[in-house]
Amino acid sequence: MTRRVALGVYALIIAVPLLVVVFGTVKTTQQLFAAPLGLPTSPTGANYATVVGNGEIVVALRNSVVVTVCVLLVTLALATTAAFAFARLRGVLAAAAYGFVVAGMAIPVQASMVPQFVLFDLLGLTDSLLGLVVVQSVMGLPIAVFILTGFMRTLPRELFEAADLDGASPWRTFRSIVLPLSTPSLAAAAIFLLVISWNDLLYPLLLITDPAKRTLPLTLLGFTGEYLTDYPLLFTGVVLASAPLALAYVFLQRWFVAGLTAGSVKG
Amino acid sequence: MTTVAAPVGAAPRATSATVRPRGRGRLALWLFAAPALVFYTYFLAVPTLQTALYSITDWDGYSGDFAWVGGGNYADIATNDSQFRNALVNSLQFTLVVAVAQTVLSLALAVLLLRNTRGAVLLRALFFFPAILSSVAVAFVWKFVLDPQVGPLEPVLAAVGLGGGQYLAAPGTAVLWLALVQVWAHAGQLMVVYIAGLQQIPKVLYEAAEVDGATRWERFRHVTLPLILPTGLIVLAYTTVQSFKAFDLVLGLGGNPPNPPLDILATRIYGGFADSQFGYAAAESVVFLALIALITWLQRRLVGRDLTEDAS
Repeated sequence: MTRRVALGVYALIIAVPLLVVVFGTVKTTQQLFAAPLGLPTSPTGANYATVVGNGEIVVALRNSVVVTVCVLLVTLALATTAAFAFARLRGVLAAAAYGFVVAGMAIPVQASMVPQFVLFDLLGLTDSLLGLVVVQSVMGLPIAVFILTGFMRTLPRELFEAADLDGASPWRTFRSIVLPLSTPSLAAAAIFLLVISWNDLLYPLLLITDPAKRTLPLTLLGFTGEYLTDYPLLFTGVVLASAPLALAYVFLQRWFVAGLTAGSVKG
Repeated sequence: MTTVAAPVGAAPRATSATVRPRGRGRLALWLFAAPALVFYTYFLAVPTLQTALYSITDWDGYSGDFAWVGGGNYADIATNDSQFRNALVNSLQFTLVVAVAQTVLSLALAVLLLRNTRGAVLLRALFFFPAILSSVAVAFVWKFVLDPQVGPLEPVLAAVGLGGGQYLAAPGTAVLWLALVQVWAHAGQLMVVYIAGLQQIPKVLYEAAEVDGATRWERFRHVTLPLILPTGLIVLAYTTVQSFKAFDLVLGLGGNPPNPPLDILATRIYGGFADSQFGYAAAESVVFLALIALITWLQRRLVGRDLTEDAS
């Protein structure tokens, strides 16, 4: 009984703020302030019209999609190949190289961001989506290598030996055997990178000043200056920026949980 | 099957059963690792090391010349930087509250939702959900909920005598509200980590305890708790680092730059960077990194010792 009450209360604590926001997007400011918890009585599309009509969020959505997709491709390409090598190579040097890359997981962004800014400025990668792709990829690389190497090491060695016996080149073994078998860990790593890249605020803040190059979190942050405390408009921004991942979560929930958990349990 | 390479000249079949990548095979494997190693070294490892170098300069980030100031920045941080001290105190308070609250709450949720019933699976999905939202989005949700004029929580807080405050702007207590938001967003994520750990505990232990007449609480205290402690340590360490880095949440709730009651180290370092104090911000980064390392090490020692005592 107490169990049910406790869970019920916590469910309300999580769900009510979310519902207030979703319902708030179809209310006027007056309606929201008068009855923040109430169901929308006369839903309006005006907030969506204003926010979408303003255009910034559409640009940001496009930029976020481009950056996130590229980050996934670049990071997974680099991480799967490296993991394949680390899972197979033995010896001190290989262990050291693996430890070197994985150590990146323990380093907070603050430890590298200032010189990174200088480097990207030098390379002309500020105010550029390519710059965001590069920096978010390198920040996601250690954890992706960690997840994928951990998985590839559990593959039976007979598999590699059989491939060697058949005269398969390492590339062939990688492409035709290891990669297809690694789909579960690939999915986990991909989801982790997706969430991290989609929600990243620090690097866009650091590298982007051109409004045309902003991604969703940066545009959303800018809304506080623009709409001040016009909450229905802020909420509309929140819903539009969160909808893609929220929808994906509904369908791929298992993978979201696996990916984010793999990201947190690094021991 | 042995892992030692077979001697040259042995029967082909015997050799190949024990092959390990050698010679050209080894080189090919290193080529697989090379792109990631180069990319990582150039864009992350070297900049991280450069931070230490920057930290002993007074470079402003754009002018051509700078001076080596040795430990000057560090001395300033330690002795006469009230902004840094404010952010440090806020960070420590915030992290302490989040670490304790989140480690305990997410364990409680995990215990309550351990069974794979339909309802439990649904609730787990709901509790996990905030973790996929951007912190800026979470911040806007709570900016409204905690708005002292129009927020829906105000009447509730007023009813219990906590009303009338400027929750997110009140010196000393603003970080507690920040902690509440952080826990709201991430307790469900760590609940999942605990559930994975709890499901590893062999059922026979509970059955044995039940046969011995242990109550529910006794079973939790003497079976669940000692066996879940290693997971708890992981959750604690992760939570600590995560709260130290709660940069986006603070900017979303406290503005950019954040008001002082919400300023934490992560935002302070960014503030120094934004003010073109590259050398100084780098020194703050080094202190920040050292602090995280120290706290993680202390946790491992303290909780780790409890662990071994419990096991013996």
